[in-house]
Amino acid sequence: MVSRQEIRMTNRMVTNENLDVRTITMGINIMDCADEDITRFCDKVYDKITKKAEKLVSVGEEISAEFGVPVVNKRISITPVAIAASSVRADSFVPIAKALDRAAKTVGVNFIGGFSALVQKGMTRSDEILIDSIPEALSTTDYVCSSVNLGSTKSGINMDAVKKMGHIIKQTAYLSRDNGSLGCAKFVVFCNSTSDNPFMAGAYHGVEEADAAINVGVSGPGVVKTALEEVRGEDFETLCETVKRTAFKITRLGQLFAQEASARLGVPFGIIDLSLAPTPARGDSIAEIVQEMGIEQVGAPGTTAAIAILNDNVKKGGIMASSYVGGLSGAFIPVSEDSGMIEAVQCGSLNIEKLEAMTCVCSVGIDMVAVPGDTSETTISGIIADEMAIGMINAKTTAVRIIPAYGKTVGESVAWGGLLGTAPIMSVNKFSCEDFINRGGRIPAPVHSFKN
Amino acid sequence: MKAIVTVLGKDRVGIIATVCTYLSDRGANVVEISQTVVGGYFDMLMIIDIDNITCKIGELAGGLEEVGTDLGLIIRFQREEIFESMHRI
Repeated sequence: MVSRQEIRMTNRMVTNENLDVRTITMGINIMDCADEDITRFCDKVYDKITKKAEKLVSVGEEISAEFGVPVVNKRISITPVAIAASSVRADSFVPIAKALDRAAKTVGVNFIGGFSALVQKGMTRSDEILIDSIPEALSTTDYVCSSVNLGSTKSGINMDAVKKMGHIIKQTAYLSRDNGSLGCAKFVVFCNSTSDNPFMAGAYHGVEEADAAINVGVSGPGVVKTALEEVRGEDFETLCETVKRTAFKITRLGQLFAQEASARLGVPFGIIDLSLAPTPARGDSIAEIVQEMGIEQVGAPGTTAAIAILNDNVKKGGIMASSYVGGLSGAFIPVSEDSGMIEAVQCGSLNIEKLEAMTCVCSVGIDMVAVPGDTSETTISGIIADEMAIGMINAKTTAVRIIPAYGKTVGESVAWGGLLGTAPIMSVNKFSCEDFINRGGRIPAPVHSFKN
Repeated sequence: MKAIVTVLGKDRVGIIATVCTYLSDRGANVVEISQTVVGGYFDMLMIIDIDNITCKIGELAGGLEEVGTDLGLIIRFQREEIFESMHRI
């Protein structure tokens, strides 16, 4: 029999601490839609997505009502389009992005991910067409998200692709300039991307996956923060134990929802992503957890250690709660989506260099960071190269989602509203890396021994 | 299948009657009730059996929330498994 205390605790988490299931994401394979004709390909993709995910939104809402916990997002990820559309004869994949956007609107999801390419070792013709289509695709659709994997621990880093990304990101920022360069917020580049990640903008359904899968992303920074308030001033063992216990509870909630969704939709359960994902709402912030640990503002000395503790113990608690953990699993540190991170930037405590250091121990990387609109293409590529190197050498996922906000400069901010939030423009190192980026070619895979 | 209904808010006449009538009209059986009133605030916890309800679970949950709004109370409905999942190994 459940106890009154357990009921109260759960309800407090939902009502006061913003506990929710952040996303139920259905991964859908679209390799069976292959066709030479782009119109037929688009029709097949649209039909498959709208059929498979027909009930995704209603089932998500049903489960939410029955258990009294919000399911914030219902989303779809698909096979990377550059792979699935390899045989399509076309010079642009923008029509495919538009078909995906229509499918997302028909089924009622708020994002569809997988307008993606995996180019860590080299680019096919299809990869090139997809990448060249990204700026227009993201500025003419509402719900399509795009990602490109540029490096991996096994293959090294494709520096030709890294160079190209600087151009693609700037172009996307320009084409979506009327909306605060919003297109860039729907685009992320990775090193060691994961093929079962339910979170946007980087979700895609890997080729090694089943025809469809249900992946669930949990959340709950507010719950962790409140739990830590109760152990203020106690030692690190107590701190770690508290994070673990809380992560266990949050993950079990995700596991329950994933199993229910899987059974009702007739789609196999894939993974639970243990990520602590903040929102711009007060009390739903990773930065506030760091502050609760004893750091005055994110960015102060000790921040990287605090993030490391949080990330590791979220995983330890979560792994006990679910046998199938995957995706990005860890603490997200996006700037614009976390009120405490925004504050840290505004008060001068947090800069890009410290953020980069924090990404060595968190999932995922330089995320939702706005930089001046006149930042050069090669500087953006340089920031990406640094982040890819961290991922490659440390065998972890790293990412960059950077927004060179058109027409904006340091001291201003750019607001997108909703979950994407508001980003203060962060200053970027003014010295050039142009000659480095222009070398071209590939950084070889790292040695896997001598870990010093 | 069991569910937990929690009712919280300012005390008034007929809370239990209204909630129980709503539940019985839809085939839900009240298994256990525990209730306290402290300083004029009403706090009730009900365990109900929903195996034979005549509507969808989501509708019952939504309807209870509306009953709460009419009475000026917060009424929450949750299937029992959520508490077992989150708090038990």
